[in-house]
Amino acid sequence: MQGSQRKIASIEGGSEAAQRYWRTNITLILSLLAVWALVSYGAGYALALPLQNVMLGNVPLGFWFAQQGAIFVFIILIFTYATVMDRIDRQFGVHE
Amino acid sequence: MTVAVWTTILVVLTFGFYLYIGYASRVRDTKGFYVAGQGVPAIANGAATAADWMSAASFISMAGLISFMGFDGAIYLLGWTGGYVLLALLLAPYLRKFGKYTVPDFVGDRYYSKTARGVAAVAAIFVSLTYVAGQMRGVGVVFSRFLGLDVNWGVVVGMVIVAFFAVLGGMKGITWTQVAQYTVLISAFLITAIAISITLTGNPIPQLGLIFSDIVPKLNQIQVDLGFTEYTQPFRTKAPIDIIAITISLMVGTAGLPHVIVRFYTVPNVRAARYSAGWALLFIGLLYLTAPALAIFARYNLLDSLHGKSLNDVRSLNWVTSWEQTGLLGFEDKNDDGLLQLTPDTDTTEITIDRDIIVLATPEVAQLSPFVIALVAAGGLAAALSTASGLMLVISSSISHDIYYRLINPEATESQRLLVGRVVIALAVVVAGWFGINPPGFVAEVVAFAFGLGAASFFPIILLGIFDKRTNSTGAIAGMSVGLIFTMVMIVLMQSTKVLGTAEPLMGPFFGISAQGIGTIGMILNFVVTLVVSRSTAAPPAEIQELVESVRVPRGSGTAAAHD
Repeated sequence: MQGSQRKIASIEGGSEAAQRYWRTNITLILSLLAVWALVSYGAGYALALPLQNVMLGNVPLGFWFAQQGAIFVFIILIFTYATVMDRIDRQFGVHE
Repeated sequence: MTVAVWTTILVVLTFGFYLYIGYASRVRDTKGFYVAGQGVPAIANGAATAADWMSAASFISMAGLISFMGFDGAIYLLGWTGGYVLLALLLAPYLRKFGKYTVPDFVGDRYYSKTARGVAAVAAIFVSLTYVAGQMRGVGVVFSRFLGLDVNWGVVVGMVIVAFFAVLGGMKGITWTQVAQYTVLISAFLITAIAISITLTGNPIPQLGLIFSDIVPKLNQIQVDLGFTEYTQPFRTKAPIDIIAITISLMVGTAGLPHVIVRFYTVPNVRAARYSAGWALLFIGLLYLTAPALAIFARYNLLDSLHGKSLNDVRSLNWVTSWEQTGLLGFEDKNDDGLLQLTPDTDTTEITIDRDIIVLATPEVAQLSPFVIALVAAGGLAAALSTASGLMLVISSSISHDIYYRLINPEATESQRLLVGRVVIALAVVVAGWFGINPPGFVAEVVAFAFGLGAASFFPIILLGIFDKRTNSTGAIAGMSVGLIFTMVMIVLMQSTKVLGTAEPLMGPFFGISAQGIGTIGMILNFVVTLVVSRSTAAPPAEIQELVESVRVPRGSGTAAAHD
């Protein structure tokens, strides 16, 4: 039962195409996670003290990243992943 | 009309609406009961996930907590949002492609082991039970404060409502009620924040009012004048290493919580799983981006209305007397100068404020209309009920699907399984209600358990199950056990004054990391043990490697959903 279903999932172009698809996906994930870490642990925490006196309006920039900016970026990252994967899925013919 | 009348009207209306939705979404099969027939649109699943995720604690306590912690409140803001990026990129799409009913389903199938399934089911039940106790308590507190009902009766009313739509509609009923509950809770939160933002900053958008008005410099100045450090000063309550560890633990724990993961089983395909994670975080972000602004506004407002005033002036405010009666707000003129002073020192401060009143009292402090105050009560109830029902479903599916059907009675018919699911969810409601009426003394501390265990057990195992074909059953079971046991033992030792009742904690912070952040170390241990043990034992069978290949590709998620 399981075997027959797995065949539906296989990629046109065989295992080589499957490997390329997976590598493209991993590269995208790693680049987005780099941004994810940069805005939260980087700008929010590591640079919090150095950015204390850099102001955005009337708010210290480090504080703004830790309580606001990083969350805005998180939301954008997920939608970026979803839309870029739409394109990659179609390119490899694995979309639904 | 008074607050009590408005609250009664809104509570009756919203509860009636939830009951109607529950009745309209009743189900007849296990697929509907466990995963809402996999027919939930991405955006609706996003709203349901947001309601599921945002508990009584997020709604009632978080803004208050942040307003006392200042900058360091970022651990909750980042920790409870950043995990959705991990979910969206690393777990949700693949688990949807796998397409069964529960988290233990994936662990059991991927690691071809009944032991792994059993351990996962027990961990899922434990995590969800610790979490649900606080929710039912939250329901009782809101009822008692706003309607003058006894806390215990409040819990009972909440139980009856949840039991009705959860037993009839399972995941489908829960999902659509959660969508309605999200609407109620976010309206309540935003209306309050916008109103107070206009009053204090002149800007209707709290996030902009925060940046462009002079409220932050003014609050920083008051803090310094009263002897506190500046509100925006980083690392004043915890060391940087602890802040980082706690944030990682909350992020990874979020991504590893079963009641959040199963929401992504309910959408039609892989693509919808990716987008619905985005919608979920957008909907959660509406509250999480507003809470820090509200925290600042509320702290400023409270200091401004109470500090340096005479006791008589303060007591002439309506909200002050009603909150003083609850014991959440207290005054004592210790130096007999006729005025109230707030100081950082508990020996000299003359005002004590419980963090839970920040959100609940803010509409009254800001003198908003009784309707808005009542809406906040309805919002708090919606937040508590939606999270409770999501947790009930995980408890029910772990027992009735993973333990009863998959481990004890694989011959069970569809109707037997559905009946067991319904009976178990009804029992879970009763157990949760019992915990709500008789809360264990260490409820707040056990929440550290839920996240620590989610981080140290499920997350590494699921992640490696998808991204590392070489990870085998032996490695996963070893890693999961080491992560779980390490994290549990450490939390119990560090929190022993509350959990075991010892006079002193049996253990201090571990290399500067407290109990809240220890899940991060448990997670690292789990990863290391799983990878090392897997590589020194035999590779998983060929059909398991094929299963991994298949979850990596979106096409076929409709047909690959084998409901055996």
